[in-house]
Amino acid sequence: MVAHRIYPYDVLVIGAGGAGLRAAIEAKEAGASVGLVCKSLLGKAHTVMAEGGVAAALANVDERDTWRTHFRDTMVGGKMLNNPRMAELHARESPDRVRELERWGAVFDRTDDGRILQRPFGGHSHPRLAHVGDRTGLEMIRTLQDRAVATGLDVHMEVTITHLVPTAGRITAAYGYRRLDGTSVLFPAKAIVLATGGFGRAYAITSNSWEYSGDGHALAYRAGAELIDMEFVQFHPTGMVWPPGVRGLLVTEAVRGEGGILRNRDGERFMYRYLPEDRRHEYAADDGEARRWVEAASAGRATDARRPPELSTRDNVSRAIYTEVKEGRGTEHGGVFLDISYLPPDHVRRKLPSMYDQFKELADVDITKVAMEVGPTTHYAMGGIRVDPDTAATTVPGLFAAGEVAGGMHGANRLGGNSLSDLIVFGRRAGAAAAAHAAELPEVSWVDPVRVAEAERELGEPLELADGEDPYRLREELQATMGSRVGIFRTAGDLETAIAEVGVLARRAERMAVRGGRAFNPAWDLVFELRNLLVVSEAIARSAAARKESRGAHSRLDFPDTDPAWAAVNIAVRRADDGMDVVSTPHPPTSDEQETVIALAGGGG
Amino acid sequence: MRSIRLRVFRGTPESEPSFAEFDVPAEEGMVVLDALHWVQAHAAPDLAVRWNCKAAKCGSCGAEVNGMPRLTCKTRLSDLPLEEAITIEPMRAFPLVRDLVTDVSWNYEVNRSIVPFSPPADPPPEEWRWAQQDVDRVQEFRKCIECFLCQDVCHVLRNHEIERPFMGPRFLVRTAGLEMHPIDTADRIDYLKDEGGIGFCNITKCCTEVCPEHIAITDNAIIPLKERVADRHYDPLQRLWRRVRGRRGRDLPVVGAD
Repeated sequence: MVAHRIYPYDVLVIGAGGAGLRAAIEAKEAGASVGLVCKSLLGKAHTVMAEGGVAAALANVDERDTWRTHFRDTMVGGKMLNNPRMAELHARESPDRVRELERWGAVFDRTDDGRILQRPFGGHSHPRLAHVGDRTGLEMIRTLQDRAVATGLDVHMEVTITHLVPTAGRITAAYGYRRLDGTSVLFPAKAIVLATGGFGRAYAITSNSWEYSGDGHALAYRAGAELIDMEFVQFHPTGMVWPPGVRGLLVTEAVRGEGGILRNRDGERFMYRYLPEDRRHEYAADDGEARRWVEAASAGRATDARRPPELSTRDNVSRAIYTEVKEGRGTEHGGVFLDISYLPPDHVRRKLPSMYDQFKELADVDITKVAMEVGPTTHYAMGGIRVDPDTAATTVPGLFAAGEVAGGMHGANRLGGNSLSDLIVFGRRAGAAAAAHAAELPEVSWVDPVRVAEAERELGEPLELADGEDPYRLREELQATMGSRVGIFRTAGDLETAIAEVGVLARRAERMAVRGGRAFNPAWDLVFELRNLLVVSEAIARSAAARKESRGAHSRLDFPDTDPAWAAVNIAVRRADDGMDVVSTPHPPTSDEQETVIALAGGGG
Repeated sequence: MRSIRLRVFRGTPESEPSFAEFDVPAEEGMVVLDALHWVQAHAAPDLAVRWNCKAAKCGSCGAEVNGMPRLTCKTRLSDLPLEEAITIEPMRAFPLVRDLVTDVSWNYEVNRSIVPFSPPADPPPEEWRWAQQDVDRVQEFRKCIECFLCQDVCHVLRNHEIERPFMGPRFLVRTAGLEMHPIDTADRIDYLKDEGGIGFCNITKCCTEVCPEHIAITDNAIIPLKERVADRHYDPLQRLWRRVRGRRGRDLPVVGAD
């Protein structure tokens, strides 16, 4: 057996984006010894790509905003499938978490009277997103990173975790390798927090980086945890569509928040046609009212005008764009136009600096002069590991999860800006609970050496196999299946085919072979990522097949209506001896007080 | 379809360095990183390349393209002369790991040696009020994506021109962001002069030229910090005060040391 280095901790945090960093800080400040592991260099995690802002009812721009309105918007946006307790905790605590970031050195954009400026976003009744231009994620990750480093915790950069080591029904360690030299590492820990983000790489067109291979989802699933709501994959309405190399790259919703108008090739502002009837009253009736709203938003002041139709929720805008293109009203490159060029160029450059650079440098397009071309791109996992709302504990003792890898908070559709706030609210809760859990255990637990040896053998196998499947080919085939059969619109036939195809790929993936040794070898990395993506893909397809209705981001052509009976159900998957079990579990009920809040006509509604 | 030729550095510290050539089919709008990904998927699956976002937001994919430090994710093939092969090499200021990947951990050690953000002990009961124009400058510094291209191009670090360590442009920018932060209370001036070695920078502005975030590193960060150091250390009254107060600070790590 190859010797591995051993680093024991009270709390091990896997993933160093917003949730992982916030969890690590909290656990460390609670007195635990903390190790933080990340697949990339510190500060490069996916949070860095978040652009638009962090949602918190600070009420700096519109004083009518409260946690109640934020809670209601989140539940309405999630089509009532959210875990109501999580949505409430999130809405109540995010203002404090944002102010805490400021105390830790973050420098948000300011209102005229010097307070944190907030911008409007889809599905939010009031301007609610604290932001820094369109690089809010960078500000957040740098602030948390500096704070984490200052606490003196250990950071293990460029380490991939491939196995959780269970012993007697508890998680006792994590096993993996250092990417720089390929050496194995064992992290015995009393508590482990998964903060590994999502799985957009199951699709070819995605805004996600290579890191998003569903590692935490798959690790937890194999350890016996439950994954819920996996059928809900967010397709962000606006990714770049041209040139080919940048297809899928995110175009922030802040473009629409600042007044961006969507038009089809005929010049029609088509979003008016796609507003759901029961929400139409929340949106501007015509271009004049939308324009008045944009003028107020640009000046950072409240208005009685209702928001433009482009600020409908993401699931709805994605379906609209997809339908326009499908019905022949798309642009030359298969997208629609997103136009912000009617606003003063200086204003656009100041509010959307990285979008300006991105289009200028990657597509030769000056967004202050002409419209962008955009189309849907795989963006976010609403589904994830089932957690306790208050403690972020999974169903496996010793294992916690926060951020995108956790399920429940966003229901069937996440509102823009609610992810960054999710990270800091539940990252903090996970860190506190993990530290408390660790404090109750007497010493570092015994780690089953047989399990460790098994993990090591699995690491070495693909390099020893003389001939086998190429992980790059398998990924390409998986992405083709997921994109064509488990995309924005779904049918029973497509989903059954996808489940079968993913099954065949999984069998082929048992015999992957790569060359080139263990030091920084991307082909070897891909072997383990692909195994995780296969688990996640099967979970998405099976959950999507089980939910026989359309709700939020899950649109079934064969069941086009939203069925109230399904609001009472979260689909869950768990590992069984003979494969993946799919079960219907009861949706946690809303309290009477929550019902009252949801029924309120929102301030901006 | 037209194809372009890449000449890619391959090797480890133990192996004989060499260049491998690949012909890659070119698509409209393709960037250098796209071409490297094509090579991984079709010709050299184990080619080591560090990257993450492919959107110029994370700063992972720095390399030297035809000798210039660049982010490969925003270097378009159409902006390079394609008659000859495009040469891609790892950043030269840092120890080689494999192929295009270098060990940049030294930067993280330098970062740790800087006194962290230090807010006042008694925050205001409600919240701070800062005018936008007062935080514009700090926000410019906080745009840094830590690609370390400025460290790579800095001749003081690149050619190891000095025996003692120099923190480099990236960390002068970070320190400037802390020193000019509206509520930071710490003092890093002596650190800049002594451990940080700010005097070694002779403002050739190479760092500013390669910054993908267009931060005016030399003009807005380094020169104002140099002025603060000069004000304290070359003003007779300040010198006296410093002698009374004593010194503090930590040594910088040495490049490439484990």
